[in-house]
Amino acid sequence: MTTWSSPLGLYRPGSSVVHRAPVWLRLGALTALAVALVVLRGPGTAAALLLATVALAVLARLPWRSTLRGLAGVLVTAAALFAYQTWQRGWAVGAEVSADLVTMVLAATVVTATTPTDVLLDLLTRAVRPLRRLGVDPEAFGLAVALMLRTIPALGDLFGEVRDAARARGLERSPRAQLVPFAIRTVARARLTGEALTARGVGD
Amino acid sequence: MIEFDGAGVEVFVDGPRGAGTRTLLAPVTCALTEQRVAVIGANGSGKSTLARLVNGLRLPTSGSVRTCGLDVASHGPAVRAQVGFVFTDPDAQLVMPTVIEDVALSLRRTVRDARERADRAAEVLSRFGLADHLHTPVHALSGGQKQLLALAGVLATDPRVLVCDEPTTLLDLRWRRVVDDLLDGLTAQVLQVTHDLDAALRAERVLVIDHGSVVFDGDPGEAVSSYRSLMAVR
Repeated sequence: MTTWSSPLGLYRPGSSVVHRAPVWLRLGALTALAVALVVLRGPGTAAALLLATVALAVLARLPWRSTLRGLAGVLVTAAALFAYQTWQRGWAVGAEVSADLVTMVLAATVVTATTPTDVLLDLLTRAVRPLRRLGVDPEAFGLAVALMLRTIPALGDLFGEVRDAARARGLERSPRAQLVPFAIRTVARARLTGEALTARGVGD
Repeated sequence: MIEFDGAGVEVFVDGPRGAGTRTLLAPVTCALTEQRVAVIGANGSGKSTLARLVNGLRLPTSGSVRTCGLDVASHGPAVRAQVGFVFTDPDAQLVMPTVIEDVALSLRRTVRDARERADRAAEVLSRFGLADHLHTPVHALSGGQKQLLALAGVLATDPRVLVCDEPTTLLDLRWRRVVDDLLDGLTAQVLQVTHDLDAALRAERVLVIDHGSVVFDGDPGEAVSSYRSLMAVR
């Protein structure tokens, strides 16, 4: 089984400019970038935003080899999107959509790589606190985001196990033999994780 | 101290043969005061159900359970603050992306300041020999390291009681020894569900569970003999 390598959720300690920037600024910039990617149109703007994000990743001193390995899945998806959109709506739209996707994932990677999850959890909990009156549980919200970051590589590993099991039984070409056990094991894992969180008193 | 007073668990089953109730654990009455208690029995016999009653992960459908003097049904959060639980598969228990962050999660309830929390988590990890892995992704650890981390996360809050549900089942001999030594050295009361009969023999009291009932409760040597006889009959 190969271990899933996800770019998200892995904090890398450091003292770069990005590491030293306030957390609210990093998250605010990520939100602003997301809005800009939706509002601003054209392949030129998309390329400029992608270059700016790459520059940020360089400033944050992300290790390129593992970052690229983590982004491999996104790059493949972006290539497929580029091909489809170019066929349907022309190369300009294809380039814009695929560049926007890579930009957003890379920017999120920069934020998670320079921010300890614990700090992120604190900030999200504080940010959501005003919504408590509407029934939102700030601790639960922050924890859900942290759990999502951990779940991405965990599900990748789980899929690898299911795929290897299907291969061992000569069922590598059967999507059902892979997707059904994957769905069942994902639900089982979610239930176990919930039980483990309760056991640790999280959410009590 | 863990007290079972007629505590049993029944579940509703709606299967192809019709609906009805199934007994997962027949009523148990005993007070566990010993520091090391082991629970042994075949797969599916009800061991894990018994263990989950101790911190309210499962509530009894009859009778009651008191841990550290508190009723688990009415004081669940207070009980869980004093009872640590270690699962067989550490992957299910480790919920944060990196090693230090997972231990810090356990400390969130008691340590408000993020920097102090990180320092305390680093200190706990160095005690468990994981100081070189503070920022290692959890999914990149070996099975033994993951179980050690799960234990570190639980013990970071200094629980009075530790419940372990087959903590060494997935480990190789080397890591099994590491975890066993760690459990043996704890001052907290430990209730360990196990298939490892050597570990059971090191306990002060052993419960043997078969088909949802406690069929033996007492001396470890006699308990293991009783369990061997049960398995030999099958």
